[in-house]
Amino acid sequence: MKKKTEKQQAYQKLVDAHDKKRPVLINCLKAFWVGGVICMIGQAVTIFFITYFPFTEQTAGNPSVSVMIFFAMLLTGFGVYDRLGQYAGAGSAVPVTGFGNAVISAAIEHRTEGLVLGVGGNMFKLAGSVIVFGVAAAFFLGLIKTLLIHFGVIG
Amino acid sequence: MWPFFFWAFVVGGSICVIGQLLMDVGKLTPAHTLSTLVVSGAVLELFGLYEPLIDFAGAGATIPITSFGNALLHGAMQEAEKHGVIGVLTGMFEVTSSGISAAIIFGFIGALIFKPKG
Repeated sequence: MKKKTEKQQAYQKLVDAHDKKRPVLINCLKAFWVGGVICMIGQAVTIFFITYFPFTEQTAGNPSVSVMIFFAMLLTGFGVYDRLGQYAGAGSAVPVTGFGNAVISAAIEHRTEGLVLGVGGNMFKLAGSVIVFGVAAAFFLGLIKTLLIHFGVIG
Repeated sequence: MWPFFFWAFVVGGSICVIGQLLMDVGKLTPAHTLSTLVVSGAVLELFGLYEPLIDFAGAGATIPITSFGNALLHGAMQEAEKHGVIGVLTGMFEVTSSGISAAIIFGFIGALIFKPKG
């Protein structure tokens, strides 16, 4: 961050004091309804899989996630998802469609650098951290839990 | 059927609000926010709290990225019950593979058929 003069700092404080509360609330409302609607669409897909395929409540999440990522591909490709992201913030980033969008937009963006180095190499540029931390957390938590069960500490 | 949609909306929306608060109030970047949520999902699964949430809210719990952390640990523990410690490694992607596979496949197809915007 750049160093600011005293006047600028004072101004920044003034801006923060007047600025902070309002956008947080509005951003949260936007995130809430957009994220909620995406999950409702996911619910419709889930019910579709439970009704027409042999999935249960617990297992239907997987195919639904794939279908949602397919929707994310179409919306990303036509440039709709980026605009949605500007409006909804976390509302479009937190659902799995945001994960799909991160992968797919990186793949499309780096297409000009070639299929192997561009698409293949950059696909997980943005979404990679989610996988890394998810797997690392699941590994260590799973390891600890398994060992605790193994030595009879927990049931 | 309608209560399912309602709770999917409320719970899914609430998880997004938590993400928005992490970004706005916690001043985290989107990548930090999503990583935090994934780890939270795994922690909730560790204490057995995520499965009840899925039963309750359906897609409201499976569509947000927290379910990714939950599914990773769930797959790992499923295998660990059968094969011991090594199952944590072999079962890691057992449940999540569909999401990752879909992202890779549709990302590849998307790169072939769409042109970059802007």
